[in-house]
Amino acid sequence: MPKKVVHYINQFFAGIGGEDKADYKPEIRAGIVGPGLALKSALGNEYEVVATVICGDNYFGSNIDKGVVPELLEMIKKYKPEGFVAGPAFNAGRYGVACGTIAKAVQDELHIPVVTGMYVENPGADMFKKDVYIIETKNSSADMRHAMPKLAALLKKQMEGKEVLGPKEEGYIEKGIRVNYFNERRGSERAVDLIVAKVKGEPVYTDYPLPVVDKVAPAPALKDLAHARIALVTSGGIVRQGNPDHLESSSASKWCKYSIEGMDHADKKDFMTVHGGYDRAFITEDPDLCIPVDVLRELEKKGFIGKLMDYFITTTGTGTATNSAKRFAEEYVPLLKKDRVDGVLLVST
Amino acid sequence: MVKEIDRAGIPVTHICTVVPISLTIGANRIVPAVGIPYPLGDPTKGEKKSHEIREHLVTRALKALTVPVDKQTVFEEDF
Repeated sequence: MPKKVVHYINQFFAGIGGEDKADYKPEIRAGIVGPGLALKSALGNEYEVVATVICGDNYFGSNIDKGVVPELLEMIKKYKPEGFVAGPAFNAGRYGVACGTIAKAVQDELHIPVVTGMYVENPGADMFKKDVYIIETKNSSADMRHAMPKLAALLKKQMEGKEVLGPKEEGYIEKGIRVNYFNERRGSERAVDLIVAKVKGEPVYTDYPLPVVDKVAPAPALKDLAHARIALVTSGGIVRQGNPDHLESSSASKWCKYSIEGMDHADKKDFMTVHGGYDRAFITEDPDLCIPVDVLRELEKKGFIGKLMDYFITTTGTGTATNSAKRFAEEYVPLLKKDRVDGVLLVST
Repeated sequence: MVKEIDRAGIPVTHICTVVPISLTIGANRIVPAVGIPYPLGDPTKGEKKSHEIREHLVTRALKALTVPVDKQTVFEEDF
């Protein structure tokens, strides 16, 4: 008896339609559809793609919290699969998120091996790489004939209980798992090889890659400081005296905005710090140490800058997730834009 | 937060006490601050000296906004 596999694809790969059909409701068909042909041939005779489950990307996205996942799981369960493949989604964002979501759900609920495939920049890759095996594909479906055999091979390995090797060997996106093993050559030798290769400008391989942080190009320089509108932002947890908005002392969930209009310095009568990550004694005594209203006001009077904005923006940096910090700025940047802010000083403790 | 401000096209100077963190997260214009409990000034040196230190750092940070940069730049000295 061949082992049973179910395949998930979207409305586009099912040949139903593109964007205009992205609201297509979940459906399951016996046998293969579209890229299922490539999957079938890559899996070989000992496996059978018993069914293909199809869902429109928008339908999936807009019903992700409204029961689309359990609905799909019910359909999939009926075919009693022993393995599950989603996609590959290449660089299609909503499809990638759908593939990751359903693959994880099948893995968690039906307890069977799963695999999907995506381009590394597909948002679904970041969301699900730690949960499920995602074969790294190129960014377009032209890569199907290369990608599908890799998906099939990794699924088979899991279904046959064979050891799954590292991301490089199997072609999946790193899951962030480290496995101990004995290398024939000691660390010092490999370290020297690595530095020599780096010096020579040769391609290098590291056992422990550093996390990739996205870089943003610097904004263009200010041309006219003397007429510039300058805003003050801080992660130092400075709030109005008494903390009226209950800003957290750690792991902030929000940012706050307070007036400094007409003030010639930041007085301890008006401001305090709630930051839980440093000794607050100094800033409690003199908030200018973190929000330099005194100096900026003097520079404004001298005409060194055009205007100090009438407010400052604040949050608590300590323990705060970088994603939260990103969201805070995404929320207040439109305000800075609306107020025609030309430049920002951001003070971190 | 620094990156989102930069991304919006508004130049921003990150005045920070731990420069390696600022470099890791990807700030582009960086001015090293004095210390964690008092980034701008040094109250242990008296009010006048502390104010002077703050004035220097803030002025440097503002001037950094006027400097075209194409990569992460740490402004270590007054200029």
